[in-house]
Amino acid sequence: MTSTVGDNGQTDGYNFAYLNEQTKRMIRRAILKAIAIPGYQVPFASREMPMPYGWGTGGVQVTAAILTPEDTLKVIDQGADDTTNAVSIRKFFTKTANVPTTTHTGDASVIQTRHRIPEQELREDQVLVYQVPIPEPLRFLEPRETETRKMHALSEYGLMHVKLYEDIARHGHIATTYAYPVSVSDRYVMDPSPTPKFDNPKMDSMPALQLFGAGREKRIYAVPPYTKVKSLDFEDHPFEVQRWSEPCALCGARDTFLDEVILDDEGGRMFCCSDTDACEARQQAGSPDDLLDQAS
Amino acid sequence: MTAPILSCREVTHYYGSQMACRNVSLDLYPGEVLGIVGESGSGKTTLLKILAGQIEPTDGTVSFAKKGGALTGLHEMSEAEIRLLARTDWAFVHQHPRDGLRMNVSAGANIGERLMAIGDRHYGNIRASAIHWLEQVEIDAERVDDLPRTFSGGMQQRLQIARNLVTSPRLVFMDEPTGGLDVSVQARLLDLIRGLVRTLGLSVLVVTHDLAVARLLSSRLIVMQGGNVVESGLTDQVLEDPQAPYSQLLVSSILQV
Amino acid sequence: MYVAVKGGEKAIEAAHKLNAEDRRGSERYPELSLGQISEQLTLAVDRVMTEGSLYDRELAALAIKQARGDLIEAIFLIRASRTTLPRFGSSLPLETGKMSVRRRISATFKDLPGGQILGPTFDYQHRLLDHDLAGPSDLEPADTAPVDVDQEMPRVLDLLGAQGLMEPPSGQNTDHGDSPGDLTTEPLEFPASRDVRLQNLARGDEGFLLALGYSTQRGYARNHAFAGEIRLGEVSVEIVPEELGFAIDIGEITVSECEMVNQFKGSKKAPPQFTRGYGLAFGHCERKVMAMALVDRALRAEELGEDLIAPAQDEEFVLSHSDNVQATGFVEHLKLPHYVDFQSELELVRRMRAEASAPSEAAE
Repeated sequence: MTSTVGDNGQTDGYNFAYLNEQTKRMIRRAILKAIAIPGYQVPFASREMPMPYGWGTGGVQVTAAILTPEDTLKVIDQGADDTTNAVSIRKFFTKTANVPTTTHTGDASVIQTRHRIPEQELREDQVLVYQVPIPEPLRFLEPRETETRKMHALSEYGLMHVKLYEDIARHGHIATTYAYPVSVSDRYVMDPSPTPKFDNPKMDSMPALQLFGAGREKRIYAVPPYTKVKSLDFEDHPFEVQRWSEPCALCGARDTFLDEVILDDEGGRMFCCSDTDACEARQQAGSPDDLLDQAS
Repeated sequence: MTAPILSCREVTHYYGSQMACRNVSLDLYPGEVLGIVGESGSGKTTLLKILAGQIEPTDGTVSFAKKGGALTGLHEMSEAEIRLLARTDWAFVHQHPRDGLRMNVSAGANIGERLMAIGDRHYGNIRASAIHWLEQVEIDAERVDDLPRTFSGGMQQRLQIARNLVTSPRLVFMDEPTGGLDVSVQARLLDLIRGLVRTLGLSVLVVTHDLAVARLLSSRLIVMQGGNVVESGLTDQVLEDPQAPYSQLLVSSILQV
Repeated sequence: MYVAVKGGEKAIEAAHKLNAEDRRGSERYPELSLGQISEQLTLAVDRVMTEGSLYDRELAALAIKQARGDLIEAIFLIRASRTTLPRFGSSLPLETGKMSVRRRISATFKDLPGGQILGPTFDYQHRLLDHDLAGPSDLEPADTAPVDVDQEMPRVLDLLGAQGLMEPPSGQNTDHGDSPGDLTTEPLEFPASRDVRLQNLARGDEGFLLALGYSTQRGYARNHAFAGEIRLGEVSVEIVPEELGFAIDIGEITVSECEMVNQFKGSKKAPPQFTRGYGLAFGHCERKVMAMALVDRALRAEELGEDLIAPAQDEEFVLSHSDNVQATGFVEHLKLPHYVDFQSELELVRRMRAEASAPSEAAE
């Protein structure tokens, strides 16, 4: 699976997609291992990238390692293609790999994301690459790497439920709203990255390959296509996703994740889709009734 | 005669060049409470930790009989097996409740943790078990959502016991369970432990420096001094007619008070 | 409407231009040359080379200029550039005993073979602002004793070692056979071997190590350190190319080295003797190598059977947080939008507030 590196796409004297081939091979080996053991965090020798740690270096390295000149890339941050960091990462790959980019989810073969899963269902020929800040779901219960690795190895996940139990005892419901832990293929407990729990159900049996890169923490993990991903819960307090009382003010969707936009300093606010591509597609498809109501 | 549930043979342990215990062999039978007494530094706590699989002895073997199984050496078990035993079939009651409790989660979560660790996923059932066990250790069910740090020392110790017993362990290790408590609180706790041991048919190893605790709880005694077992036998026998000079000293010093 | 996150691309371009303007400053003054930076801001260059872990004065000077003097930003630029460089192999261990020494001091012995050499240092200079430096300054040549190039300068700790009072240098603790570990090509795992640990510290933030080293002196894992020897000078770098099979000299680099002498009470395996803490850096980074040596020694607590009581002894804590490029990235990433996570929290807080106020309203 070595990519042919010719003159195409090389700019500024950098190798295709910035990383040298040796590094890409190392990352691909980690990715293959991650796919073979769904949900398991594979340590890899994360490289220093020309953007800061914590700003998507893990996702960027994974994308760089899997990208071919035939790919079409989409980059989103918080669901939007036009947020500054998404723009910056997209430009990086335009410059170093010269691959075509798109904002349309359906047109992309590789989608790098921070904190969201696109609303549009992904296909088998697509790869979703997540940027991950803290890959260890047990980190805030147990700070030590040596201990958390042992807990994963032995499937000692009782502590995870202790936290959920505490939530219910205190609030009457599970109070985790994003980075909501999941069990992958009934084996490893995994952090889905700080996506809202609204997106968790999309991970289950997704036709697309899901790859997760944590650059600063030097971990890669994966959910292969059509793999069971279950959000942790209790039988009598099943997992549920957020719901909004009003539809998107721009496209009228009632089944998407909404961002709140503050309109003035007197409490005026409106809600609209965080996935800008899905929202625009819907707006173009037709102007919904809700939109007219909201606009007045 | 039934087979022992726990057995050790010629267990010796060194910390560096310091001998902690030497050539200790013992058997614990199902439903029995065995007391290990001695002053601090006698090696009794080291021995307890070795028997509970927390320390690997320099020499000798420890074996445990799993449910319906024969005695198996701990050294033949994987770390995963021992850690599983430690949160299911075994219980360990620490001298200081802080070492055995999660101080930052509620009493209910403390008791429920072992259930969740073995796969219980029904909140209502877990909570009901937690309340049941709070009542068993004489803590008001109303306190189920309170943090352990709002509990008195005696209550914390009872909570620790409840947290341990919720998975119906067959073997309980206790390290000076009444150590840090007032005398009046001690008496109530000892009564409670004695009642639980009888009704649940627990097998218990209890380490104590307090002969009164040993007398009240255990049916057999082992006396340790300087890492060696100097005497062992039925509790009444050892306390009423101690043979080893050290046992005599220990008994007389207590009884004079 | 809702244009808040739109136009990101234009905003980024404009930001780059504004940054370039601020970098240049007023055109009344000539633009900085790389030569000026590498020759006149030498210690900044040294720090950037050390923590950037790339020995190249010119690139470091460029990075400092580009970063507008922000050294962590400059280190970051060097690190990112280093990623793209091919690796040819590792050098033989530097023979710092054969250093052509410009500065060499020992706090443990008054006199020693080779003598003490004060060299270039701020140490005994009164820290008074020198207003003569505000304008062009005249240089007076320094009076230095003639240097005897044939004079051997054995390392102080080796002298103690010859008497059996010093532990031997640790060849143990290396998982990697003859070639040292490299945490830029293999992920850091715990417990780390000492070679990897030292590499981490050498790349680590000077301020972080300084604070940790300082904490050991104030009782958080006190280990009674003496500066056995600090030396600065030039050493040869040798590699063994596979096709040749013998060592060749590929050039000279400037390094600072510190060997701390620390007390050790002895254990069942080892008699009471002195132990080592080691620090090495590119260029002249004296504060860094001293702090590094203190922390290296503190991190050996477990190996030496000492009680683990302080942050400086905690390997996971120290090694996971020493890297300023990682630290600054993650701290500063809080600037990135978190609308989605925040929206989730907002929704939860509103819901919980509604639930919390419901019963009290009913009671009223």
